[in-house]
Amino acid sequence: MNFEFTEEQLMIRQAARDFAQRDLITDVIERDYKAEYPTKHVKTMSELGFMGMMMDPKYEGGGMDTVSYVLAMEEISKVDSSVSVIMSVNNSLVCYGINKYGTEEQKQKYLPDLATGRKIGAFLLSEPEAGSDATMQRTTAEDKGDYYLVNGTKNWITNAHSGSIYILIAQTHPEKKHHGINAFILEKDTPGISLGPHEDKMGMRSSDTHSVMFTDVKVPRENRIGEDGFGFKFAMKTLEAGRIGIAAQALGLASGALERSIQYAKERKAFGTEIANHQAIAFKIAEMAVKVENARNLCLKAAWLKDNKKPFAIASSMAKQYCADIAMEVTTEAVQIHGGYGYVKEYHVERLMREAKLTQIYEGTSEIQKIVISRTLLRD
Amino acid sequence: MKILICISNVPDTTTKIRFVNDNKAFDTNGVQWIINPWDELALTRALELKEGSGGKIEKVSVISVGSHGAEPTLRKALAIGADDAIRINAEPKDAYFVASQIAAAIKDEGYDMIIAGIESSDYNGSAVGGMIAELLSIPNVSSVSKIDVEGDNVVLKREIDGGSEVLATQLPFVAIIQKGVALEPRIPSMRGIMMARQKPLKVVEPVETESLTEFVDFSLPPAKAACKMVDPENMKELVNLLHTEAKVL
Repeated sequence: MNFEFTEEQLMIRQAARDFAQRDLITDVIERDYKAEYPTKHVKTMSELGFMGMMMDPKYEGGGMDTVSYVLAMEEISKVDSSVSVIMSVNNSLVCYGINKYGTEEQKQKYLPDLATGRKIGAFLLSEPEAGSDATMQRTTAEDKGDYYLVNGTKNWITNAHSGSIYILIAQTHPEKKHHGINAFILEKDTPGISLGPHEDKMGMRSSDTHSVMFTDVKVPRENRIGEDGFGFKFAMKTLEAGRIGIAAQALGLASGALERSIQYAKERKAFGTEIANHQAIAFKIAEMAVKVENARNLCLKAAWLKDNKKPFAIASSMAKQYCADIAMEVTTEAVQIHGGYGYVKEYHVERLMREAKLTQIYEGTSEIQKIVISRTLLRD
Repeated sequence: MKILICISNVPDTTTKIRFVNDNKAFDTNGVQWIINPWDELALTRALELKEGSGGKIEKVSVISVGSHGAEPTLRKALAIGADDAIRINAEPKDAYFVASQIAAAIKDEGYDMIIAGIESSDYNGSAVGGMIAELLSIPNVSSVSKIDVEGDNVVLKREIDGGSEVLATQLPFVAIIQKGVALEPRIPSMRGIMMARQKPLKVVEPVETESLTEFVDFSLPPAKAACKMVDPENMKELVNLLHTEAKVL
C-alpha cells in the first residue's frame, strides 16, 4: 500500500488551496448573503483548468486523475461549496457522462467547450415528483424519427441558468418503465426551453438552481446518448462517479470546519485559558478529526478504484453517505465550539453547516446510498 | 531576449522553526518547501513580460542551488510557466557560495535579464543578486518595484526614500526586485502542471567554491509575554510599565 501523494497531486492540491484562500474567501460571505453567482471565480477556475480537470487533453482537459480531483474539490469546498458544486456538476456529471458514453462526434462537439469552462454544463434528472425515485420520469421525449419532442419539467437544476449545455433524462417508452428512458445532450437556447425563478436556498446560495420547463422542444436524434432506452443506466452510472465529487465536497466542508475550529480553540480564551485546553473542546476536536480522516480515506479509496479501472460503485456510495453525514456532524460541532461567534456569518462555520445539509440530500440522499450499499451486500 | 529567475527553495511561511546541531543549523525535518515569495513574484512578472513581448522574449528560465529535494520547487516554477530549469547540485551554504555557483553556471548562457528576489524569506541575506552581478561584471539595480520592456530597452522603477526613480540599463544586468513588481504570484494551471513533466530540468554539478561565512548560533525571538491589564484610572502605572518593562518610553 502506498499512502503517498505524487508531486503533481500535491501541486494540484496547493493550487486549489491557493485559489480558494486567495480568491474565494474574499467575497464568499457576501455572495452567500446576496445569492450572487460567482462569475469571476468560475472564469478563474476555468483558466486554471479546474472545470474539466479529468478530461483527456485531446478534448482540452487537464488529464488529471480522480485522486487529484478529490484533493482539489476538498480544498475549494473548505471555503466555498457553491463554487465547488458548479465545478463538480461540470466535471463529474456532464464531462464524465459525455466522455464515458458519448459518441466521438458528441465528444468533439461538446467536450472542449465544457472542459475549458467556455460553456458550463447542467445535468437534468430530478423532477417535481422524481427525486430519489428516478425511475418515475414524467418528462417525455417522443420519438419523431429525425428528432425527439420533449415536454415536461425538471427540478433543482444546478447551473440551469449559468450553464448552456444540458444533459437531459426523459421517458421515451413509458410502457417499458425505466428501460424506456433516454439521455440527450442539448443546448439551452433550443426553442421551447424556459427557466423557473432562482431557488432561494438555505445554503450553497451562490450557485444557481432553477427548474427548467420544456414545451415541444425538438432534440435531434444524433444528440441521444447511447442506444434507445439507455438513459436510466446512463444516469445511474454517471451518478456513481458524480458521488465521488460530492463526497469530496462534503469532506471539504468537514475539514474546513475542523481547520477553523482548531484555529479558534487555540485563540479563544475562557476560564483563564485557551478553550483548546478544556477537555470538552479538545475531545470534540479529536472526534471531528477522526471523522474527517475516515471521510478522506473513503473518498480517496473510491477515487483510487476509479482511477485503477476497478469497480467503485459501492465505494463511492459509502464515501458519499459517510462524508455527507459527518460533514453535518462536524460542521454542527464547529458551530458549537465557536459558541455565539459560530452563529454569526463572519466566522463562516454557520454557512458550512447550512451547506453540509445539502450534501446529505443531492446526488442521492444518504438513505439512497444506504439502499445502494445494502442491496449490493445482500444481493448474493 | 532571455530572462533568468534565481529561485530560493525556502520553508513555507507557516513552518514551525526549530534548530539542531547545538543551535547551529535549521531543523529541516517535516518542512514543506516553497518558492521564495519574492522569487515567485519575479517569475510572474517575467512571464507577463514574455507574454506581452510578441516573441521578443524567447525564454524564461529558473535556476536554484540545492539538492534533489529542491526539484519539486523548480517543477512548480515550470508548472507556473518557466520554460526550463537548472538545478546546481549542492546544498546552499552562504550567499557567496550560492552567487558563485549561479555565476559560474550561467556565464556563457547569454541571459539578458537576471532577476533575484530582494531577499529569501528564510535567511533574509539580501546578498545573492548583487554578488552575481559583481561576479559577472554586469550592472545591478536593487529594490526594483516595476520592470518594463520598451523596444530594446528595459525600464526599471525603484522606490527610494521619499519618492521613486526610473532607470534604464544596458543588457545584461541583474534586477533585484521587491514587492510590487507583480500584483500577486501566479497559481499553476492544470495544463501547466501537466506540461511541467515534459519541460527540461538540467542538473549541473557545482564548481569548487568556499563559503565565506558560517552559522555560529541561532535563537528564536522571546515568546510573547502575557497581556497586562492596567486600570484606566491608573495612568501613572501605565507610564511606569511602558518605561521600565516595555522600555518604549
